[in-house]
Amino acid sequence: MENENIIEIEHKLEDSIKFVKGMKRKTFSMGGVHPDGNKFAHSAPVETFPLPDEAVVYMTQHLGSPATPVVKKGDKVKVGQLIGKAESFVCANIHAPVSGVVTKVDTARDITGYHRPAIFIKREGDEWDESIDTSLDIIRDIKLKTKEEIIERIKDRGVVGLGGACFPTHIKYMLKPDQKCDVLIVNAAECEPYISTDNRVIIERCEQCMIGIEIALIASGAPKAIIGIEANKPQAIKMLVETAKRYPNIEVQPLNIKYPQGAEKQLIKAITGRSVPNGGLPIAVGCIVNNITTMYAIYLAVQKNKPIVQTYTTVSGRSLPEEQCKNYRLRIGTPILDVLNSVGIPDDTGKIISGGPMMGKAISNLEAYTAKGMSSLLFMNDEESARKEAQPCLRCGKCVSVCPMGLEPYMLHTFTDLKRWDDAESYGIMNCIECGSCSFICPSNRPILDMIRVGKAKVGGIIRARAVKQ
Amino acid sequence: MRCIISRRNMATTTIIYAALTVGVTGMVAAVILYFVSKVFYVEEDPRIDLVQDCLPNANCGGCGFAGCRAMAEAIVTTNDLNVAYCPGSDLEKIAEIMSLNAVAHEPQVSVVRCNGTCENAPARSFYDSALTCAFANTLFAGEKACPYGCLGCGDCVSACQFDAIKIDPATHLPVVDDGLCVGCKACANACPRNVIEIRDKGKNGRRVFVACHNNEKGAVAKKHCAVACIGCGKCARVCPFEAITIDNSLAYIDYKKCKACRKCVDECPSGAILTANFPPKKAVVVEKEEVVAEA
Repeated sequence: MENENIIEIEHKLEDSIKFVKGMKRKTFSMGGVHPDGNKFAHSAPVETFPLPDEAVVYMTQHLGSPATPVVKKGDKVKVGQLIGKAESFVCANIHAPVSGVVTKVDTARDITGYHRPAIFIKREGDEWDESIDTSLDIIRDIKLKTKEEIIERIKDRGVVGLGGACFPTHIKYMLKPDQKCDVLIVNAAECEPYISTDNRVIIERCEQCMIGIEIALIASGAPKAIIGIEANKPQAIKMLVETAKRYPNIEVQPLNIKYPQGAEKQLIKAITGRSVPNGGLPIAVGCIVNNITTMYAIYLAVQKNKPIVQTYTTVSGRSLPEEQCKNYRLRIGTPILDVLNSVGIPDDTGKIISGGPMMGKAISNLEAYTAKGMSSLLFMNDEESARKEAQPCLRCGKCVSVCPMGLEPYMLHTFTDLKRWDDAESYGIMNCIECGSCSFICPSNRPILDMIRVGKAKVGGIIRARAVKQ
Repeated sequence: MRCIISRRNMATTTIIYAALTVGVTGMVAAVILYFVSKVFYVEEDPRIDLVQDCLPNANCGGCGFAGCRAMAEAIVTTNDLNVAYCPGSDLEKIAEIMSLNAVAHEPQVSVVRCNGTCENAPARSFYDSALTCAFANTLFAGEKACPYGCLGCGDCVSACQFDAIKIDPATHLPVVDDGLCVGCKACANACPRNVIEIRDKGKNGRRVFVACHNNEKGAVAKKHCAVACIGCGKCARVCPFEAITIDNSLAYIDYKKCKACRKCVDECPSGAILTANFPPKKAVVVEKEEVVAEA
């Protein structure tokens, strides 16, 4: 399974660029910034990372409450066996990423340094659960026919959104009777700089992604799917367009290069022109948005019964020589230090970020382990990683002009500073998608997003308390 | 010449007219206001003002009311001293104004339960984002990697209305000024990690406390802080007053039971128990004997 031969049917780059130039592109209207793409790992084929000797699997790899461990010390597990069960609504199942013996059910520190419930597995060989098809053959006939079966399988296999937020996927497809999905939007924008996993997954697993989308179409009940992809991935676009010829329900829509194109609401706006109401979900305008790698995960879950036990991770960054920028397919629970050491940590590395330079988090505890949706590990050099001293606000309004949600970030920053929570709420602090465009553009280097996050947490608490009272 | 005089006259008359108009309007308004204030007089208990004067008027909100005025109103309208307690207030005077009996309140003080100084808990990472504990706490475990310890960004300092808490630049930890602290809980509420405890001031301000808040197992806790409580239980065994409990690998000294004998301080293998306001060592021995004799 792991030694999949990468079928390189890559198109010549020049041809693809010419091809994409001829296509009509779309984008969202309000705000946005243009950070350097720095897609160093775009043409690096996905390498399978060696199996770890000990895997530590967090029970909190998704948005929502932690999964409940269902194995105990001394249990023997096979790859793909259920070890963490979802017991609340917003939660996802977790499966063993390696085969071996459970040595501990305890807590482990994650990248933030906080303790999370985790299961420690000592690896012995690589034995997969019998129910899982580990062959590489592409299965084109969809095995499950009904919507309910597919959603149940997605839930059972622990599929979460692999774009970064790790929201349990099955919840998106569980529609209320009055909700109707008329277009499934597949997010392949990959607007964060450096990250190239979606690009590689499309190039190497294009057919599988398409089948995944067909499955998701059945689950959502939508008549058609549109893949939104930024124009900086010409080869992937050409491959998608050519493969989509065989799938009449799937359309490919190239997008202008602009951050945050891959944000749910912005992507819907760019592709369909619809605006998601404040505080609403995409389904309010008849859309479901899922990442393309999630589609591949859905394909694996339904056609091969394979749970998410591995993650695609780009290892890149400016302090790393370009030939060392790689894309890895690694098992969940692999020590991050192993991954970093495989490329070597350069001396001038000032910061290591998990998950994109715009929205990702700096890793403060390197002795942590990989989890679902860890799409990149970025080496920032000393110069990039140090913050410049914050100067007073100039009232230049740049943050207002780039905010894709039409907010006034400098005001939200000030309100949080002054603890004027009611004003922050009326200025729409809860609508902030935390894309970081304001902090990126600010000529005074003010930590705008940081303060907005403080305010958002506080105002969110106030709103919840109010709801409880009522 | 005539022309100038007439102009001057004109100027004088203008001033006189203006003054008269304003003056008469003012007098008429004053008369109206007088009657209106008589008709719409709001009767307010004069004790509210008196009670408010006994409060610190820092409007910290620690009592649970919007400000000192609101608390004063609450005390007067309910005629009950227990409706709210402000440690910074002059309770006896309030009791006198209200002609009620004051319930004796032990003076309180805030105590920082973390001793993770730069030496004890060296920084593993560097944080240069927004300098507020509330945000740092959501981001990561802290520069010192202890997920329970003080973050040192000073949310308690900005919460304190009495200037009683400061960050020591050498240790990056907050230091409480006993003389200024009134125990209003504003700092404890501001701390996202509950590092600050509000406790009785103790006799002569003397207190013994565990300067650690870490629930991790001993071996783990000791990795990021040299003075972390490892939950060994030695202090609990040596305590003659059963004031110390061990819960979740962390010792806690009940200040109500503690007699400040300081046996635990010498016993603690990692030096996590700190004392405050005790005289220098020599006097210690004398006091220790006394306590033992009592026991």
